[in-house]
Amino acid sequence: MATVNSTPPTPTAPNRSKAAIGKLLLPVGTIVLFLFAWDIAVRISGSDLFPKPLEVAKGIIELAEKGLLLKYIVASLFRVSWGFGGAVLVGVPLGLILGWFRPAFQALNPVIQILRPISPIAWIPVAILWFGVTDAAPVFLIFLASVFPITVSAMAAVQNMQSVYIRAAQNFGLTGFSLFRRVIFPAALPQIITGIRIALGIAWLVVVAAEMIAVNSGLGYLIIDARNAGKRYDLVVAGMVLIGGIGLILDLLVRRLEKFDEVRWGYGQR
Amino acid sequence: MDNAEPLIRVRDTWMSFPGKASGQFVHVLENINFDIRPGEFVCIVGPSGCGKSTMLNILGGFLKETRGDVKVEGKPVIGPDPGRIFVFQENGVFPWLTVEQNVGFGLLSRPASDREQRVRHYIQMVGLTGFEKSYPRELSGGMRQRVEIARALAAEARVLYMDEPFGALDFLTRLKMRNDLIRIWQAEHKTVIFVTHDIEEAVQLADRVLVMSRRPATVQAEVIVDLPRPRDLDAPGYLETRDKIFSIMGMDAHGGGAGEPR
Repeated sequence: MATVNSTPPTPTAPNRSKAAIGKLLLPVGTIVLFLFAWDIAVRISGSDLFPKPLEVAKGIIELAEKGLLLKYIVASLFRVSWGFGGAVLVGVPLGLILGWFRPAFQALNPVIQILRPISPIAWIPVAILWFGVTDAAPVFLIFLASVFPITVSAMAAVQNMQSVYIRAAQNFGLTGFSLFRRVIFPAALPQIITGIRIALGIAWLVVVAAEMIAVNSGLGYLIIDARNAGKRYDLVVAGMVLIGGIGLILDLLVRRLEKFDEVRWGYGQR
Repeated sequence: MDNAEPLIRVRDTWMSFPGKASGQFVHVLENINFDIRPGEFVCIVGPSGCGKSTMLNILGGFLKETRGDVKVEGKPVIGPDPGRIFVFQENGVFPWLTVEQNVGFGLLSRPASDREQRVRHYIQMVGLTGFEKSYPRELSGGMRQRVEIARALAAEARVLYMDEPFGALDFLTRLKMRNDLIRIWQAEHKTVIFVTHDIEEAVQLADRVLVMSRRPATVQAEVIVDLPRPRDLDAPGYLETRDKIFSIMGMDAHGGGAGEPR
């Protein structure tokens, strides 16, 4: 036997710094490697249209200098906020109702399941017909793309809820709206947040397609416009990179919702 | 106490569920009769799947008997009632609320000061002082069951229906929980109907044990446990009572016997 040490070992410094390396160094390292491979691939191919990473970075700086960078980002975020916000306001209550009231589910679920697989892109002509070439058209498309995942996740959350919570609540005399507010909604919330997270990803995904409608601002517009006006592929890729980066930030923000004590119980222990 | 009006009165009660094939029925309860007096601690034991939980759910108002006469406090049971709280094996504590919010769950219509005082009192009674702000996921299984018991007591439930509440706990925690439950019951003068498949648990806890038969179940025997509390688990009286229930259920305490384990 080795010598007995009376102080218990504390899992501190080495593990924690290891975790920090994993959290920051690994993803950053992967991105650097990716940029490097991209640069080499463009050089080998000898393409004079497809930009190297540095050219894309210059493109972004150019946009910033022209004052377009912030304008386009704000324009896209504005449309996503309205479309997605509307989808949350409609989808969460609708899903809760569908999940709780069986007749509502029976009446509406087939319609939802028919509308759900129709790509938002297929709605573009309809959106133009209804809203014309205004901001309302892309907002409508983003709304359509995100309302179904939110509705379905809220619905499933109520349907899959542990019945013991409902029974306990009924035992304490809760009915109607207070049952909804005090038990059904909080019990469904973790899964609703997961649905919201997925829907926000989709909403951001659709913004490019939505901005193909001849609006004259936004990151989607930037991509189409850069291609049409002079084959500026450095700006096309700059638009793509910006969309990706903002998408990452949005996801990180929504993920923070999952850390609240009121919902943390609903996610795995990891 | 013997001549007190029964608090719970079950007469000729039957329960059937629809079977797998249409037109088929699974008969679970058959001609159940028993009384429970106010303040009594009654355990219902029986082989697993015999319908003892079903009986408790009928008393709690979560299931409606197919036929029969079930009266609690003189009235037919028409649904769950805040005066009679169910404690679930799978734990019905709300994970999105803290310990004190859970315990105060049934008290929201009361003035805040009264609520706070009751919450504090019952958290202390179940031994969770210091954990008021904790969330259920931060507690052990035994502590979560304590929260559920405190929640029922705080709401002034007159009757506790306990459906194998300690079934998911480890052995030592279970022993501790039994002692604490008896202490709380003696302090609070509640009526407790406690369903368990564990005969030893029933004899440690109950004033009276109702032994149910295999399905379709009926009350096969009633065993009065006339032993002083706290109960000595080596006392001849305890062992005798335990063995008596084992033999009613067709087993002997040393394993084996006529009955099948499941």
